Amino acid sequence: MKNSPKKLFKMFITFFKIGLFTFGGGLAMIPIMEKEFVDNQGWVDKERFVNAISITQTVPGSVAINMSIFFGYNIAGFAGALVAAIGIALPSFFVILTIAVVFKNFSDNVIVQNVLKGIRPAVVGLIIYAGLDLAKYIDWTPPLAGTITLVILIGLTLAVNPAYLILMAIAFGTISYKKKLFKDIKVKFKEAYQEVIKTNA
Amino acid sequence: MPKLIITLMTSFFKIGLFGFGGGYAMISLLQKELETYGWLTMQEFVDIIAIAQMTPGAIAVNSGTFVGFESSSSIIVSLLVTMAVIAPSFILVLLLANYFKKVKDSEYIKTIIRYIRPAVIGLILLAAFSLIGTSIVDIPTFLIAISVIGIMLKTDTDPIALIVISGIFGAFIY
Repeated sequence: MKNSPKKLFKMFITFFKIGLFTFGGGLAMIPIMEKEFVDNQGWVDKERFVNAISITQTVPGSVAINMSIFFGYNIAGFAGALVAAIGIALPSFFVILTIAVVFKNFSDNVIVQNVLKGIRPAVVGLIIYAGLDLAKYIDWTPPLAGTITLVILIGLTLAVNPAYLILMAIAFGTISYKKKLFKDIKVKFKEAYQEVIKTNA
Repeated sequence: MPKLIITLMTSFFKIGLFGFGGGYAMISLLQKELETYGWLTMQEFVDIIAIAQMTPGAIAVNSGTFVGFESSSSIIVSLLVTMAVIAPSFILVLLLANYFKKVKDSEYIKTIIRYIRPAVIGLILLAAFSLIGTSIVDIPTFLIAISVIGIMLKTDTDPIALIVISGIFGAFIY
């Protein structure tokens, strides 16, 4: 029952549809997924859906694909995850492949060149905006401000792979966590010590 | 050819593995790999970001498909590279689904994510800086970039509309 081919096929169609009609990437897919999975199909309940949004953002990779794999797995196990991943990625695969083939023939066209010349700065603007917009949602404590400053400085001066800068941030997070853990233990130890003194007195 | 396929797949696996924050955050990782191997010029790269923005699907996945095809002219290679960029997500999400409760309440993971976020913003800005040279070449292109940032900050405009308008603008002024 759980993994009937009929259900997997229905899942594939649903994910394919979402992949086909969602422009603008991950976050734009959320309301569409909610409507399909929670309201229309009843595959996932609302609370789990909300939890999944926050949790799949902690994993690297495209949010839309992460969420699809997560829901696919929740609905029908490993086969479900596989069907979801293929379903969500296939539409853009075909679209991009078509464009790649067509692009080769049109990229030398003068009008296409001029259109692209206008589009390129818009893309740069959109990327800068994406960075500024995300910055609004961060509580800029000194360690976090230090992290972004260091990332930008290293990025501008050394030709280091960005993956290392992510690893650096993970290392900072680990140090901060261990320090807090150590502090908590110290406080608890102090309290216990004073408790002992009090009861002995 | 087999060597090219392996390099492409390793590269895009790495992009998928370190691409915290999705879409724009992955641009700097993509750019580094493309620069190292010369699979696309920076101009072509900005074009593919625009295409990815206007078509359904994630930027990293779309880039994988595009670069896979461009560098080999083979649909199979394109498919393999697309799979490589998704593979880390697939493995990590399945792990996550099994430890859902533990991960959700883990203070350690919360702290790490808190530190990854500013790094991701830094990477996004770095990616934008490095694309300026090939994209902002004169006063009109500079004005387009500034206007897009201003409009996005002040209003709730669809990015696709801005790309289309900028394209039309480009066709008319050049």
